Amino acid sequence: MARRGPGALPGFGLALGWTLTWLSLIVLVPLATLVWKSTDLGWAQFWALATSKRALASYQLTFGTALAAATVNLVLGTVVAWVLVRYRFWGQSVVDALVDVPFALPTAVSGLAITAALAPRGWIGSVLADHGVRVVYTRYGIAIALIFTGLPFVVRSVQPLLQQLEPELEEAATMLGASRWQTVTRVVLPAIAPAALTGFALALARGIGEYGSVVFIAGNRPMSTEITPLLIMTRLENYDYAGATALALVMLVVSFALLLGINLLQAWSRRRGAAA
Amino acid sequence: MEPAAGSGGVAVAGAAPSRLVSGATARPPSAPTEPPWVRRLLIAVALGFLGLFVVVPIAVVIDQALSQGLGVYRRAVTDPAARDAIALTLKVAAIAVPLNLVFGVAAAWAIAHFRFRGRALLLTLIDLPFAVSPVISGMVFVLLFGAHGLLGPTLRAHWPGLTIIFGLPGIVLATVFVTFPFVARELIPVMEAQGAEEEEAARVLGASGWQMFWWVTLPKIRWGLLYGVILCNARAMGEFGAVSVVSGHIRGRTNTVPLHVEILYNEYNYAAAFAVASLLLLLALVTLAAKRLVEHRARVVDAAPLDPAPLDPDDAPAARLVPTEAAP
Repeated sequence: MARRGPGALPGFGLALGWTLTWLSLIVLVPLATLVWKSTDLGWAQFWALATSKRALASYQLTFGTALAAATVNLVLGTVVAWVLVRYRFWGQSVVDALVDVPFALPTAVSGLAITAALAPRGWIGSVLADHGVRVVYTRYGIAIALIFTGLPFVVRSVQPLLQQLEPELEEAATMLGASRWQTVTRVVLPAIAPAALTGFALALARGIGEYGSVVFIAGNRPMSTEITPLLIMTRLENYDYAGATALALVMLVVSFALLLGINLLQAWSRRRGAAA
Repeated sequence: MEPAAGSGGVAVAGAAPSRLVSGATARPPSAPTEPPWVRRLLIAVALGFLGLFVVVPIAVVIDQALSQGLGVYRRAVTDPAARDAIALTLKVAAIAVPLNLVFGVAAAWAIAHFRFRGRALLLTLIDLPFAVSPVISGMVFVLLFGAHGLLGPTLRAHWPGLTIIFGLPGIVLATVFVTFPFVARELIPVMEAQGAEEEEAARVLGASGWQMFWWVTLPKIRWGLLYGVILCNARAMGEFGAVSVVSGHIRGRTNTVPLHVEILYNEYNYAAAFAVASLLLLLALVTLAAKRLVEHRARVVDAAPLDPAPLDPDDAPAARLVPTEAAP
């Protein structure tokens, strides 16, 4: 392994200097402004704004639907990753490419498309309407939009680990008399669990902050289908910067916590990957 | 050598994890597998899920865009407001992507090739914009540069003509923020996997720092760089939430393509909204195709052994891309 020190390669000072300057200008100073603005509020006012009835209802909706969507993606995303890695079928590379569509499609387009599909006259909505089910402008519609935006995370987290998993492990389990079901649940699933959970946490983080794909289908009624990012938007449009700041700070803290959790999960996942 | 903790693997909320650095091992056909009915059931579940959640939305966009005929479609995408929106979106991407490109190369160079205090923290901070809600990403710039913001009144006093919020600078800032990690995130694992032996050789042979960068590093990382730029560009052109906060929704002036779609939709002009949305769908599909191509090229080009590095005889050629630190 080559020596990696400032003596061997040039440009460390310039590269790190530029990195820190740009990071500060674009990310740190703007985010610090948010924190600084919220100290203006004072604790009592902050608490009142951050825990108003409308805010609490929006947290419940945002976290609840994001959690539900991430859970659906945890299960079905693992199935998709499994199928893509382990089986061969016609059109597989197209199916693999389809997984990335939610990443590549602008959120406003996803939102419009999902709303149109689920509207009472839409392709899927009309079938649901025949059974008396309506999902647009309900929390179920929000969850469906979040399943779409979070779809690639679990698949793309699990896929590489599943590919690296050595077949000898399963062969050994089989030879020692384990049934296929036992091998999968006791050997394979524990090995991919950290990666699947990482994907779950990524989908959750994305779902909590998601705006574009949700606003069109949410209906945006206060207290019932108003997600927190939309409530922040409403406050901003009414020049209620104090209210928007308090809500944004709550979301920022949650995002930080999730980011920390994701980093820990990834470290765990890598150790598993290295051990497998 | 400490393990390259926290740098490879999956990017945080918002971007596809890097697929340029992979360590796939081929599965022998003799490996244990599930009974045929289970296989068929799982494939059906996966295809049904992707069909309902991915194929249907794509088809709906195309169907709705053409629902009023080709004439309406053509008018919607060539309408002056649509053209202005397209021009603005291209302009914003043309400014934001190069800025993040330069940042990404600098950050990857420092993080991949050097060990320093706070390296793991720096990686986390670079990921931050992915974890933050787009609405907040736009809002922080309103708090900074808005009429009642931290710097807004001062700026207005000195440069009365300068508009940041509800103008191009604000849209660019918000776009740079949301696309901040893309290039860096793609380049770091690529640079880590490649190592710096060639660069060190170039230095020993007398190359200056910039000569080394232009003639050795840049050609080495070109696929990773292109990959990051493609993803960064897609997000820059498609960003909605953050741009929505900082743009004033002024038709012909501060309307990007996604915002134009929203306005048309809110005016119940569905066919036109979906017609313009189909342009963004096209952008997404072109992005995915380009991404595939780069993944393929990167695998073919980088898998060819350029140096006589001792390879584990059991390793597939692609295994050269795996960071040595990750090996058991």
